Amino acid sequence: MTGAEELRSRTRELLAAHPPASTDRLDFLRARFDAGLAWVHYPEGLGGLGAPRSLQSVVDAELESAGAPDNDPRRIGIGLGMAAPTILQFGTEEQKRRFLRPLWTGEEVWCQLFSEPGAGSDLAALGTRAVRAGEDWVVNGQKVWTSSAHVARWAILIARTDPDVPKHRGITYFVCDMTDPGVEVRPLRQVTGEAEFNEVFLTGVRISDTRRLGEIGDGWKVAQTTLNNERVAIGGMRLPREGGMIGPISKTWRERPELRTHDLHQRLLKLWVESEVSRLTAERLRQQLVAGQPGPEGAGMKLAFARLNQEISGLEVELLGEEGLLYDDWTMRRPELVDFTGRDAGYRYLRSKGNSIEGGTSEVLLNIVAERVLGLPPEPRTDKDVAWKDLAR
Amino acid sequence: MKNERDLLYSEEEEALRAAVRDLLTDHCDAPGVIARTESGTPHHLALWKALTDGMGLAGLLVPEELDGQGATHREAAVVLEELGRAVAPVPYLTSAVVATEALLACGTDDLLRDLATGTTIGALAVALNVAPGAAYRVVRHEDGLLHGELTGIADAAVADVLLVPADDGGLYAVDATTATVTPQISLDLTRPLATVTLDGAPGRLLGDAEPAVRRALRAGAGLLASEQFGLAEWTLTETVRYLKERKQFNRPVGGFQAVKHRLAQLWLEVVNTRAAARNAADALANGDDVDVAVTVAQAYAAPVAVHAAEEALQLHGGIGMTWEHPVHLYLKRAKADSIAYGTAGAHREALAALADLEAP
Repeated sequence: MTGAEELRSRTRELLAAHPPASTDRLDFLRARFDAGLAWVHYPEGLGGLGAPRSLQSVVDAELESAGAPDNDPRRIGIGLGMAAPTILQFGTEEQKRRFLRPLWTGEEVWCQLFSEPGAGSDLAALGTRAVRAGEDWVVNGQKVWTSSAHVARWAILIARTDPDVPKHRGITYFVCDMTDPGVEVRPLRQVTGEAEFNEVFLTGVRISDTRRLGEIGDGWKVAQTTLNNERVAIGGMRLPREGGMIGPISKTWRERPELRTHDLHQRLLKLWVESEVSRLTAERLRQQLVAGQPGPEGAGMKLAFARLNQEISGLEVELLGEEGLLYDDWTMRRPELVDFTGRDAGYRYLRSKGNSIEGGTSEVLLNIVAERVLGLPPEPRTDKDVAWKDLAR
Repeated sequence: MKNERDLLYSEEEEALRAAVRDLLTDHCDAPGVIARTESGTPHHLALWKALTDGMGLAGLLVPEELDGQGATHREAAVVLEELGRAVAPVPYLTSAVVATEALLACGTDDLLRDLATGTTIGALAVALNVAPGAAYRVVRHEDGLLHGELTGIADAAVADVLLVPADDGGLYAVDATTATVTPQISLDLTRPLATVTLDGAPGRLLGDAEPAVRRALRAGAGLLASEQFGLAEWTLTETVRYLKERKQFNRPVGGFQAVKHRLAQLWLEVVNTRAAARNAADALANGDDVDVAVTVAQAYAAPVAVHAAEEALQLHGGIGMTWEHPVHLYLKRAKADSIAYGTAGAHREALAALADLEAP
C-alpha cells in the first residue's frame, strides 16, 4: 500500500521533472496521469497507484500549493464522475487504456446518453434499439437531457438489445462515438432561456462490438454503477459556511438594508440554519468516507440541496422586489458549466427547479431512501415479468 | 473556525454509548417510565445511582482533580443521546450539565465534587424556557437571606442544592431543605417542573450570576440537541419497525408511497440533526465558534424532534393515541424540549446578530 509520505515524495518528483511555470498545461496533466497521481485509487498504469482514495487530498494539496494546473473537473464532470468508474469496473484492458487518459486530462469530453423522452424516472423502459449486424451494432433512437453532447467526443449509451425479455434484462451498455455521422445533436432550450442540454438523435449509428461495456443484456447492472457514482460525487463536496446558494442572498441582505422586512428576515434565518446544517451533514459524510466508514447520508444530500436551492433562490427573487421582476438575459446561450453564482437571482430561481429532477427526481430518491436505507417494502411492480415489447406505451 | 470539527464518534464514545444503552435497556423500559409518571416520584433515582455511582457519568464535565472524569461535552452528548432515546427520567441535563457548568463558571470546588459523584443533585433555579441570552428572574437578597418565588425549575423536586440568582447580581447555593419546592403539573412528565419558594432561606454566595447562568444555559441548549437527536432517532426507528409489520389493505403500511416519503423525509431531518448536535458538542468541547454552533443546533433540532414525535404518533394510528404506548412520552418530551433553553425562534433571533444578518 502506498502511504501519504510516498505520495508526497512522488508528487514532488513530478513537480521537479515538470515545473508548472515552464510546462505546457496539457503536458503537465499527461505527466501527472502517467505518474499515477491523477486519481491515486486507480490501478497503476491507469492514472493511479492503487492507494486509498482518501490520500488523493495529499497529492492535491501539494500540487495546489505549487501552482500546478488543474484538469477542471467541473467541465469534464460526466467523464470523471460517471464514465470513468464504469469503464474501470466493466471495460476491457484495451478500453481502459484507450479512454481513461484523455478523459482525465480533459482532452476528450464525455456525455451520457441515458434519458429518453419516454424513459426518465423509469429509465429501464428506454426504447432506443441496438441491433446486431456482424461485428457491429446498429443503433436507432432518441435521447434527451444530454449535457455536454455538443462538445463531447464520446458518450456512454444504454440501448435495448432484446425487446422480448422484461425491461431490465434486455439492455446493453456501449461507448458511442459522437462524431459518427448518424449522431445529431440539437440544443434543447430550457426555462432559463439557455440551452445547457441537448436532444440527441441516433440514426443508423454503427458501434463496434469492441465498444460494448459489460455483457450483452447486462447493461442495467452496468448503468447502476454509473448512477451510484453520480450520487456519490454529489456527497463528496466540501463547502465553507455560506458556501452554497445561501451566500449571495446573505450578502445582499447585509449590503442592502432597505430591502429588509420582518417576514423575509424570519425566512432567511430559517434557511440559513438549514443550509448550515446540510453543510455539516455533508462534512460528516466526508469525514466518514475518509475514515473508511461510508454512511447512507449521501442518499439524502441531493434531496436536501435541491429543496434548499429552490427555497433560497425563490426568497432571493422576492427580497429583490422591483429588481426581482427583471431577468438578466433571455438570449439562448450554450454554457459549458452550470453557473449558479455568476448570474442573477432570477436565473438561480429558474435553474434550481431542475435540481429536484436531474440525476433522479426527488420523488424517486425518497423511494430509494425509504427502501434501501429504512428497509421499507418496495413499490408494487406491474412490469416485472412482462416482456418490454408488451408493456403499455 | 480555527479547528477542524470532528463530527464522528470515537471508539471510546461508541463504547460509552453501548454501556449506557445496556444499562437503560435493563433498567429503564417504557412501561416502567409510564408507571413512574403516575406515581408521586416520577424520577428514577435508582437509575440515577447506577449512572453516577456505577459509571461516574455525572462527573464527565468535571476535572479529575475534583473527582470528575475530566471528559468533554462530546462524551456528555453521547450519554444524552441515549437518555433521549429512553426518555429517561433522570436529572442528567439539569444537574450533570447545567448546574455543573454554572459551578464551573464560579469555581466552587466542594459543590462540584459533590455533583460530580452524583451523591448531590443540583438544579439551576432559572426557568427551563429561558434562552442563553435572555432575561431570567431573580430573588430578593436581604440581610443575608433570600426571599422570593421562582417557577418552572426543572428537576427541582429531586435537587439537593439549588443555584439561585439574586437581585444583588450574585449566584447563591441554597440547601433544598430550606426552600419550599412545590411540583407543578408539567407537560413533560419525565422532566417535571417545580416552583421554588424562598422565605428567608440562607444562601452561600458562589460568584457572579450573569456569566454563570449564561454559560450554563448555553451548554444546556447545545447538549439538549443531542437529547433531541436521540429522541427523534428512536421515534423514527420505532415507527419504521412498526410500519413494516402493521398491515392494512393487505399490505404493510410502510409500503405505501405516501408513508414512505414522509419517513424518508424524516430520516433526512434526523441525519441532519445528528450532524448539528455533534457540531455543537464538539464546539462546546473545544471552545471555538460555540455560539453559532449552539444556536444552529437548537434552531434545527427542536422542530425536528417535535416533527419526529408527531409523525410517530400519527403513523402509529390509533395505538399511537393511547396512554399505554410510549410514543406520548416522546411527544411530551419533544414539545417541552422545543421550549427548553430557548425556542427555535429565540435561537434564530440570536443567530441574526452572530451571523451578521440583522433584522430590519
